[in-house]
Amino acid sequence: MLARRNPQLNSHGELIHLLSIEGLPKAVLTQILDTAGTFLAVNDRDVKKVPLLRGKSVFNLFFENSTRTRTTFEIAAKRLSADVINLDIARSSTAKGESLLDTIANLSAMHADMFVVRHAESGAPYLIAQHVAPHVHVVNAGDGRHAHPTQALLDMYTIRHFKRDFTQLTVAIVGDIVHSRVARSDIHALATLGVPEIRAVGPKTLVPGDLAAMGVRVCNDMAEGLKDADVVIMLRLQNERMNGALLPSAGEYFKRYGLTAEKLALARPDAIVMHPGPINRGVEIESAVADGTHSVILPQVTFGIAVRMAVMSTIAGNSAR
Amino acid sequence: MSTLQLDAEALYATLRDGVRGLLADAAAPDPALVGIWSGGAWLAERLQRDLQRPGTHGVISSTLHRDDFAERGLAASGASTQLPFAIEGRHLVLIDDVLNTGRTIRAAINELYDFGRPASVRLAVLVDRGGRQLPVAADFAAARLLLPAAQRLSLARAEGAAPDRFSFTVEGSA
Repeated sequence: MLARRNPQLNSHGELIHLLSIEGLPKAVLTQILDTAGTFLAVNDRDVKKVPLLRGKSVFNLFFENSTRTRTTFEIAAKRLSADVINLDIARSSTAKGESLLDTIANLSAMHADMFVVRHAESGAPYLIAQHVAPHVHVVNAGDGRHAHPTQALLDMYTIRHFKRDFTQLTVAIVGDIVHSRVARSDIHALATLGVPEIRAVGPKTLVPGDLAAMGVRVCNDMAEGLKDADVVIMLRLQNERMNGALLPSAGEYFKRYGLTAEKLALARPDAIVMHPGPINRGVEIESAVADGTHSVILPQVTFGIAVRMAVMSTIAGNSAR
Repeated sequence: MSTLQLDAEALYATLRDGVRGLLADAAAPDPALVGIWSGGAWLAERLQRDLQRPGTHGVISSTLHRDDFAERGLAASGASTQLPFAIEGRHLVLIDDVLNTGRTIRAAINELYDFGRPASVRLAVLVDRGGRQLPVAADFAAARLLLPAAQRLSLARAEGAAPDRFSFTVEGSA
């Protein structure tokens, strides 16, 4: 069988779609982080807009709801001067039975230049990327349990902003790892950028056993997981997990894996606490920590806009060939 | 091989005198120097010091307003605009190393306007090499010559023992 090229890269190794962190070289990740730094300054100007995507149409296709992610993509596209069209897909064509590729074909006929896609099915953005015209770019805004690459990139930007160097860090990811596309993308990004110790912390039912093969240290004990960590990434505990047999109760979960000031004291004194949001206060994180001096949850949101500007302008500037 | 010889240090001395003249213009009081990243920013940094200007010079990057983005994409240049003073209502002297098509100047002026409306913008360059594709002219050029479009002329800055020393590199056939 022939070795297939990574569908995210063109023949020059330049990024044309952002579908997953997995398989992207370090140089591509670093270039996006560097570019995001330039855009962060744009957000402080009188005129918070640059003309890089002027005349281009960005379609936000959220087959799964997410107000925050969709809004940050929308702001990012608008600050690049693109026209942004938000489609409430979950309640329109798909509900009437149209197939995913028919939806894409119709929107392409409306001269879309970029699709930002969130979908409950893993791999949906790949399918779209394979069927769009060469000048059209696709960004994965979260697909199933598979990947959430822009969240991982903004997490990496946040870590680099506060910690400068990846190669000395201990990063603990805490919570529902098994269902989390954020955790998966973060782990790939951290490994690519050279983080020596990545820990996956949570109950056995929520942490996949095969992570060790990826060089991740699995900790079912919270204290062991947090000890001397430089970065603590908390994951949202999805309420629907409570209904299954995976967890006894929210109270029990908080007792063992909820981040409190007392548990955080086990991490390094200058540790930062991150969370992709939305946070469940009192479920995976207590308010004193979420609002405390270690928390960088709101800077993450600000950086998210600059990182998404960097992703969109990078792929829009690279051609498929 | 090119036989073109340009003494960047001698041209810098000429530029310095020319910029001193532009800054002394009574019709444009309290002017500020803004260098275009990267070569122009090096020049502005040294001019600021040699002309004993108070404060810090500005740096402007044309990256986000380039008109060849669709063809060339976003170069990871590390260039970023740093304006340590308000430009609203200010008289500015823009500094660049080489003036060629005029497209960089167009982009840099657009970038400037994202920060405010200057009272005036004048342009001083080390070399005007001709080849204009836009109606842009320098108020002062230390040298004017006509180079073939295929030739690339760029300013280099020495590092180490003689940190600010400038030289020109020429690439491509005459």
